[in-house]
Amino acid sequence: MDTSTLPKAAELATRAARNPRWQPDAALPLHSEIFAPATQGVGVGAALAFARQALKGGEVSALEERSVLWVQDARAIKLGGRPYRAGLPENLRHRLIHVAAKTPEDALFAMEEGLRCRDLAVVVGEVAGNPRALDFTASRRLTLTAEKHGVPLLLVRLEAEADLSSARMRWRLTSAPSAPPRWNVAAPGRPAWHAELFRARAHPPGEWILRDEPERLAAERAPETASETATPDHGDLVRGPGARSLAAL
Amino acid sequence: MAIWCADLALDRWRHSEGCQRGEGPDAAPLALITETAHGPRIDAANPAARAAGAARGMMLADARTLCPAIEVRPSDPAGDLAFLERLALWAMRWGPWSAMDAPDGVLVDVTAVAHLFGGERRLLADVDARCTARGLATRAAIAPTAGAAWALAHFAGRVGERGAILSPDEDMQARLADLPVAALRLDNDVLLVLKRLGLKRLGDLAGIEEGRDRTGHNDIRGRDAIQRRFRNRKSPAANPLVRMDQLLGRVPEPLLPVVPVTAPMVQRRLMEPIRHRQLLDTVVSDLAQDMARTLEAKGEGARRLQLGLWRVDGQVLVRELEMAAATRDPDHMVRLFAERLDDIDAGFGIEMLRLRAAWSQPLGLDQSDLEAAAEQHGTSLAACMDRLTTRLGRGAVQRPVPRASHIPERAQGWQPPLEPEPAEQHQLAFHTRPLKLLDRPERISVLYAAPEGYPRRFSWRGEVCEVARVEGPERIAPEWWREKGSTRLRDYYRVEDEQGRRYWIYRNGLATDGRGGMPDWYLQGLFA
Repeated sequence: MDTSTLPKAAELATRAARNPRWQPDAALPLHSEIFAPATQGVGVGAALAFARQALKGGEVSALEERSVLWVQDARAIKLGGRPYRAGLPENLRHRLIHVAAKTPEDALFAMEEGLRCRDLAVVVGEVAGNPRALDFTASRRLTLTAEKHGVPLLLVRLEAEADLSSARMRWRLTSAPSAPPRWNVAAPGRPAWHAELFRARAHPPGEWILRDEPERLAAERAPETASETATPDHGDLVRGPGARSLAAL
Repeated sequence: MAIWCADLALDRWRHSEGCQRGEGPDAAPLALITETAHGPRIDAANPAARAAGAARGMMLADARTLCPAIEVRPSDPAGDLAFLERLALWAMRWGPWSAMDAPDGVLVDVTAVAHLFGGERRLLADVDARCTARGLATRAAIAPTAGAAWALAHFAGRVGERGAILSPDEDMQARLADLPVAALRLDNDVLLVLKRLGLKRLGDLAGIEEGRDRTGHNDIRGRDAIQRRFRNRKSPAANPLVRMDQLLGRVPEPLLPVVPVTAPMVQRRLMEPIRHRQLLDTVVSDLAQDMARTLEAKGEGARRLQLGLWRVDGQVLVRELEMAAATRDPDHMVRLFAERLDDIDAGFGIEMLRLRAAWSQPLGLDQSDLEAAAEQHGTSLAACMDRLTTRLGRGAVQRPVPRASHIPERAQGWQPPLEPEPAEQHQLAFHTRPLKLLDRPERISVLYAAPEGYPRRFSWRGEVCEVARVEGPERIAPEWWREKGSTRLRDYYRVEDEQGRRYWIYRNGLATDGRGGMPDWYLQGLFA
């Protein structure tokens, strides 16, 4: 067992460890998965917000700014389009590198190469559906590479079933009504998402409304729903209608 | 400078016999012969044989009738050529580069070199002295062109003379006018043609070229006539006009210089003779390391390796290896040699080992631990981009850059990831823009209260969105300097539906703009 993943004594003493519920300033694990619908910009928006939150403390000067790799496979581009520079967060615009991979295999290759690169701050992947190439082995491979080189991977799965994966944190995101802006209450406000953390190593599952504030990522408890009180949904063991069984692996 | 070895074959034979000119076996008539289809033919004859009537090119049977006592030895043209090659390398002592002039000459470039030897005359004296010391009868000449030097070396004066110098100040044509046309390095059949035409000296040929015949009358057609006669002869050796021009320096004459190639060699002399296999392996491993370094410096890899082991009693054991591909991996060499050293009898001990790469091929330098370093410390951005570009293609790895345009899809360009962003006077500051832009705007059907009012409800990809909040319109006019006049303006709206889905949609035109009927609606971008 890898002892480095266990909490240390100093960490146990802090508030976050005593209260293991996820918080926006919790450390970003090196491999997270975000399940999102393809017809919304939710997945990547939240991924970039997570990345921004994680990078906030790390990079002090512009010299230390490292690039961000955004990998998309062809189907993800077809469903959700390409990144648009003018709409990206201010501090990521000039350092985005976009990879348009034709197949999921190429996308996986690009993500792994990106994780190996010490000059990248974060790798954001966007893969549509449940391609055969992205099985548990591939997922484990990405996790190991990310943990070896310390580059976080945020893998956005568009229109995908939550199949087996070794991601350390798995989110299911949909959009949520935004808070009305101050000066024009009829206009859409800053992005807000309904986020469900359904599998995480260090935190119990839970649901939040995430708001992408200018300076930080804010989280508030989601209004009580039926699923909150039910047993936590371990997505990788539940066999959905389209998911492959363990025997198929 | 041209050096002509007049008697190269015989000089070599004398050297192998170890006799001086005209002494020992050389005193009797002797000829070097080759076997031809018509019987043995004389390639070279020594002075005694020549005095008796034998000549080069004569059949041996004819020579025997003239001089029954003539001795024969087989000639060795291949050996002569190899010797000439070594001679050409040796002749680089007089100039920066030299070229072989088969079958019996060497050309050396002595441009701006003569003063190092104390002048051209002394240079020629030095050549003469050193060649004589090697037992070669030579004649050298210095001239501004290789052709002129060759002509002077072969045809000016007698063999054994100091040689001839043609300085650039002299009138080259006048100096060479008296030489026979054979001085042009022409083929025998061309020489025959010229002889039949009555052109025996270079002066005759030059006169015709300039349109002067021997009586001094002008005849403009002279050069044309020769040109027509030899119009099909492209090779310089078959065309006297080309040779003449080369001789006088009017056209360049490329020469092929000889380049010395040395086989990489490393050796170890041992203080104590070794008798045990273990020590031998150590020394072989050291040699392999040295060899790898030597090969690496030359950018080569070995195909064939020879390991020589000198024993104390003077016996030499040689083991040879041949590799399938050029390599300079020392471990590989040691592993291969280890199998060949089992049957070595060290006797009283081995005192010297020598490893020689008899055959080597170019092998690019490579970073052997690139993968290992990347495993440990991660790759650099450039290396990462290289790998991605190599596998996915140049167009797949790109960076978005702003462009000066208000039209959303045109306001962004793509460029290779590591190129600097293009300099711009001013970046357009946009109102809120979506995170992602569809490659093509997709048509949606919209329900609205008034044609120019807010959209109420729209359906996209089979889903119905009830618009809950909307901001707009942001009107973007077409770029008239780029597009047709019938292009319609766009009214962009940011919309959010009841579930919080945020889109960027636009109405293409106005109902009243007179550029078509009712405007269509499109969805272009997705907000986060």
